[in-house]
Amino acid sequence: MISDVFQSYNILFLLEGLKITLEIGVGSIICSVIFGTVLGVSCHLKIPVLGQISTIYIDIIRNLPCLLLVLVVRFLTPLPPVWSGIAAMSIFTAATMAEVVRGGLNAIPKGQYEAAHSQGMNHYQIMRYIVLPQAYRNIIPPMMSEFTTIIKDSSFVWAVGTEELTGKGMILIGKYSETGQLFAIFGTVALIYFILNYSLSLLARWEYRRLRV
Amino acid sequence: MAEVFADYKWAALFDDRGIFLEGLVTTLEVAVFALILALVLGVIFGIAGVFPKTWVRIINRIYVEFFQNTPLVIQAIFLYHALPHLHIMIPVTAIGILGVGIYSGAYMSEVFRSGINAVPRGQLESGLSQGFGYWQAMWHIVLPQARRTILPALGNQAIAIVKNTSVLAMIAGGDLMYVSDSWSGMNMYYGPAYLTTGIIYWVICFTMTKYVKRLEQKGAVG
Repeated sequence: MISDVFQSYNILFLLEGLKITLEIGVGSIICSVIFGTVLGVSCHLKIPVLGQISTIYIDIIRNLPCLLLVLVVRFLTPLPPVWSGIAAMSIFTAATMAEVVRGGLNAIPKGQYEAAHSQGMNHYQIMRYIVLPQAYRNIIPPMMSEFTTIIKDSSFVWAVGTEELTGKGMILIGKYSETGQLFAIFGTVALIYFILNYSLSLLARWEYRRLRV
Repeated sequence: MAEVFADYKWAALFDDRGIFLEGLVTTLEVAVFALILALVLGVIFGIAGVFPKTWVRIINRIYVEFFQNTPLVIQAIFLYHALPHLHIMIPVTAIGILGVGIYSGAYMSEVFRSGINAVPRGQLESGLSQGFGYWQAMWHIVLPQARRTILPALGNQAIAIVKNTSVLAMIAGGDLMYVSDSWSGMNMYYGPAYLTTGIIYWVICFTMTKYVKRLEQKGAVG
């Protein structure tokens, strides 16, 4: 019976997975935004050494599959499961975030820098008070779509046995054998991801419209 | 660190190089066919996204929103489990092609939709006024003009497809990532396995990235 699937203990079981997905998701979002901003700004300002390292980092990571990083961090570092998930996702997404930040910075007219310079601001102040706030406004929509990608890609950590939402769903699949039950479980897991991501993309679209006005 | 990359581990990897090569072939196979499937779906659903009839555009939205907002991992594992239940028996590489192709098709159709939207509406209308049918005008007038914006974006999607084929590792698909994961899972020689796998993926994707950059520059100039 399909209704067997929707017992409260199964729902709770999935919600436990959702909690881990959210932990990994939120942790990775915070880390990759910070790390990505540092990389993007270093590239943009062509800071000696740091700028080159950032470019190399972006070129390497952007051309690797996410799953490989998940495996590497899980099996070659002593980090516990959730933290290794956060680390892998952050390493991976920071490279894309850096590109997003760099694109946003490139869109700021040169006059903004010059005007700030003429007011006696130093490099740090110009970045902190003039350029970054304007750039962030432009890059919020593409950044939010990266958040969606993080939530989706976090399902790769099931490959190393971390029981997030996908993992919990797959464990349930193992317990039920009817076709209807299988569809019900997949449908529920997909729906949870969909609601999470669709609200994020609606938010991104809403931000986009608000920023254009 | 030296222990992770010890010589005897590299020797073991070299002995089993055939397995890795087979994995690479599977990865390339899946990537090529998934790319073809994604392109076909992308053109069809991309045009659906700009089609005059509302219900056709709604179908485009459902397809795109569903596949872009749920993980590829779930979609692939679903196909892997569900198809046998529906008495459809296909090899796991075919499941990989379907999964990655349908998923990327959603992204491709957004590329086509926005590319077509970037061509001024007057182009389609003047085509129609010259006696072209809708499809003729779309194919001969609008799409060629959209090419410049579409091509680099399609290239980026092709790179994403190569990386996404690694999802096969989660359904025992025999691709490069699966081989690397299972081989090193057996003997714990993670270092050489992951490094080699990483370099192979990187070389493929980096070459493609360079090519896409050239397309972008050509598009910006021409």
